[in-house]
Amino acid sequence: MTEQIIFYLLALAITVFSILAVTSKLIVRSATYLLFVLLATAGLYMLLGYHFLFAVQISVYAGGIMVLFIMAIFLTHKPGTSVRTKRGWRIKSSALLSLAGIVLCGYIIITNGIRTYQFMERDGFTMQEIGSTMLGSQKGQYLLSFEMMSILLLACIVGAILIARKTKTTDHDTNETDQ
Amino acid sequence: MQLKTMLFYSHPLELTRILEAIDTFLRIHLSPGLATLAEGILVGLLLLATYAMIALALIYIERKVAASFQARLGPNRLGKYGVFQSFADMIKILIKEIIQIKKADKLLFYVAPFFVIVASVLAFGALPFGMNLQAIDFNIGVFYLLAVSSLGVIGILLAGWSSNNKYSMIGAMRSGAQFISYELSAGFSLMTIVVLSGTMQFSEIIEGQRYCWNLFNGHLPAMIAFLIYLISGHAETNRGPFDLPEAESELTAGYHTEYSGLQFGFFYLSEYLNMFIVAAVAATVFLGGWMPLQIKGWEAFNQAMWFIPSWVWFFGKAGLLMFFSLWVRWSFPRLRIDLLLNLEWKYLLPANLVNLLVMVVVVLSGLTLTELFPALFGN
Repeated sequence: MTEQIIFYLLALAITVFSILAVTSKLIVRSATYLLFVLLATAGLYMLLGYHFLFAVQISVYAGGIMVLFIMAIFLTHKPGTSVRTKRGWRIKSSALLSLAGIVLCGYIIITNGIRTYQFMERDGFTMQEIGSTMLGSQKGQYLLSFEMMSILLLACIVGAILIARKTKTTDHDTNETDQ
Repeated sequence: MQLKTMLFYSHPLELTRILEAIDTFLRIHLSPGLATLAEGILVGLLLLATYAMIALALIYIERKVAASFQARLGPNRLGKYGVFQSFADMIKILIKEIIQIKKADKLLFYVAPFFVIVASVLAFGALPFGMNLQAIDFNIGVFYLLAVSSLGVIGILLAGWSSNNKYSMIGAMRSGAQFISYELSAGFSLMTIVVLSGTMQFSEIIEGQRYCWNLFNGHLPAMIAFLIYLISGHAETNRGPFDLPEAESELTAGYHTEYSGLQFGFFYLSEYLNMFIVAAVAATVFLGGWMPLQIKGWEAFNQAMWFIPSWVWFFGKAGLLMFFSLWVRWSFPRLRIDLLLNLEWKYLLPANLVNLLVMVVVVLSGLTLTELFPALFGN
């Protein structure tokens, strides 16, 4: 009963803020609405007893990615002015894209739903279980090798910064005398 | 029953017994669902009241300590030694007008302080204040705390932007950069201790430190982690020598320049409480939390130590760390922003990563004090 009330509240929050995030004309507000959606999703995880996923959702999405979004928006030109909606093929193509997204996600959820449900039967996972699953090498335990691939991304970013810096060294030297 | 009476005689000032009495009283008079609801509300109210009281106490203590560092008297008019000064300040801030700004983004301007205070209340709620004095004992306690406290920075960024003021904006950007950078260090230093204690649950971390605090148990890497945690904790709370988001001389008051009345009060309150949360986490994770000083084999001594209730130990340890924080604040000059970010990215973070590795080696090769001297420190 209580769980159902909380679920409906969270679902309502997710729906309302998702719509607001898309329809808002001010980009910073849109980002804030998106943040509320992510927080409410974290609430759903909490309701399911998935404490680890709850904390991951908050620290990665709310604390990390949203901060990055907001910082990036601040760097854009005049983030405070409201945006005019563009008519025409853009609306149609994005509608088609989101429809395709819904179909794809729905297919994945339905095909994997039964399998996930088996995991959900349990009360929750301990930190130790999650740790050994991440580092294990049995079926469904290859998380470490998957995560190791992200180091490749990091190397790319570092390389990009290095290349970008090299061209700017001469600029930098001249600027320093001005300061 | 036997166990309960024993608990009562050996730990006379613990709050466990009162809490149990309230619990049985509620369960007799209400249906189980309603009793749980009532208890939830009571715990919530109690936490909020403690939150406000700690903030008021801290504001008074900070003013007195700051005064003594600067050879002044500090507040001394209201009540004996001015103890009611912060209550008077609170009443004043409650009746101040909340000024609306014309060209600000009103919604975000209004929402921003709530982010800051909700993040700090969420973190505050999960702290173990004493034996059985913890609202919720998450399996992932440390991680939960890191996650919810990372929400505060969004409030600061939104506050700075929505004020439509250049000073606020610069302050918010500085604060955001500072918070995100130092959060890494704080997280890594706590992870070092998670490696040492093998769990993220606060109750288990505290139980593991019964005879030997983590600070000594992990000797060298634990001490480095402690130092890094204290430094990054100061930086995260925008205090001490790291308070440049609100550098008065250049940015008036940083991200909360445009705020007035209770909205400013929220920022102010959460700043003090974040200081307390950092000290409390450091005390719990490194200094044994609410566990009284216990020495293996000295049964009479241990028994005597339990006569001091666990919450006094907790607040004592946290208070000591907060005193250090004030000491640092009034002893070191403010850093420049580039030096501040250099300190994090060029020194603390690499040191932290190496330290984490050292800790793993220490734990795996059994070089912790509990494993080296199980007779003295082993659980």
